[in-house]
Amino acid sequence: MAEIELHGTWPSPYSYRVLWALKLKGIPYEYVEEDLFNKSPLLLQYNPVYKKIPVLVHGGKPICESVIILQYLDETWPQNPLLPSDPYERAVARFWIKFIEDKGPSVWVVHRTSGEEQEKAVKDTLEMLKTIEEQALGGKKYFGGDKIGMVDIAYGVIAHWLEVVEEVVGIKMLEPYKFPRLHAWTKNFKEAPIIVDNLPDRDEMLVYFKQAREKLLASA
Amino acid sequence: MANAEVVLLDFWPSPFGMRVRIALAEKGIKYEYKEEDLQNKSALLLQMNPVHKKIPVLIHNGKPVAESLIAVQYIDEAWKDKAPLLPSDPYLRAQAKFWADFVDKKIYALGRKIWATKGEEQEAAKKEFIESLKLMEGKLGEKPYFGGESFGYVDVVLVPFYSWFYAYEVFGNFSIEAECPKLIQWAKRCSEKESVLKSLPDHKKVHGFVLELKKRLGIE
Repeated sequence: MAEIELHGTWPSPYSYRVLWALKLKGIPYEYVEEDLFNKSPLLLQYNPVYKKIPVLVHGGKPICESVIILQYLDETWPQNPLLPSDPYERAVARFWIKFIEDKGPSVWVVHRTSGEEQEKAVKDTLEMLKTIEEQALGGKKYFGGDKIGMVDIAYGVIAHWLEVVEEVVGIKMLEPYKFPRLHAWTKNFKEAPIIVDNLPDRDEMLVYFKQAREKLLASA
Repeated sequence: MANAEVVLLDFWPSPFGMRVRIALAEKGIKYEYKEEDLQNKSALLLQMNPVHKKIPVLIHNGKPVAESLIAVQYIDEAWKDKAPLLPSDPYLRAQAKFWADFVDKKIYALGRKIWATKGEEQEAAKKEFIESLKLMEGKLGEKPYFGGESFGYVDVVLVPFYSWFYAYEVFGNFSIEAECPKLIQWAKRCSEKESVLKSLPDHKKVHGFVLELKKRLGIE
């Protein structure tokens, strides 16, 4: 089997999506930390269109966009499948993955703004959380059912990064009493095998995201 | 897979709806087309897509699939024995999904800015729009279709915008063919296919629709 590289950055939830999938499937890989403030020629060569991480390189061939990488991994290494096999259930899973792709960035807007702009982003985030709570989870332990699946992996940002942003900006959004199902899911997800051993250090993240916010506000 | 009942909730000028029409036609699937009035959305639409309340929605045996790319992938998987749209190789599939995602991120949003804005904003949108099309033209290379020898997923995803090119050109005062002749050749080649012919509206009708839309939105 050809060599696999994951190009990512340690605080990125998108990087972690790929990392979790690789580990859940037991796929050996080499991790390459990229510096986004000083992008390597290799990264620019692998992802000329967006110049972003994560990039998965398999046998020298790059695959970009975390959700596309997840599906590539699932199709190439079918053990421990991350998507259901039924076409309709797959469509439902893809719908919820797209939902967090489309709406999730409001969390980053909360992180990098203040005043009215931040207030609107908080409102958008709360609406997103409400939809997830009411329509996406049902009564299941995970989005994937009894086992973690691709939707859970995609929603990892809500499980571990949202609370860091909340603490940095001083605004609580995912309140347990308002979003009991989602709150229970975040605990189940973070305690799940493999995930539990592969989460970025919370204190280091607090420092990183606090500094990042200060920089972004200063340059705004 | 039995054809049982297939319904498409759609809106005639929508490029996203056109994608699903083309996919259904490629697979020879009989379906009921329901035109939605987006100013007066039907109870069925609100029930079938409560999260976004948007078209297109594909309904198969009473179960809804929303989001055009997800619907096209669902059609490809549920009716997999005819006219496959995505390649079978996982790496090629990942590439196809990457470019489909690129079309969604760039072409629609930039196209909208071309007809909805003026001055510097419009000029910037035109420039980026052409750059994006040129990137895709490069990806097409000498192949007849993005899918290679046969019409495939990326072709289905991009070709609907061809019916909007005339409107973009009139409102943007530029020629897409002058900038991207090979892409226009590709679009004309696709338009010879019955599935595309049946699914794309007349470009003058689209232009008329955009004129009315601009009036309604109060855009000069």
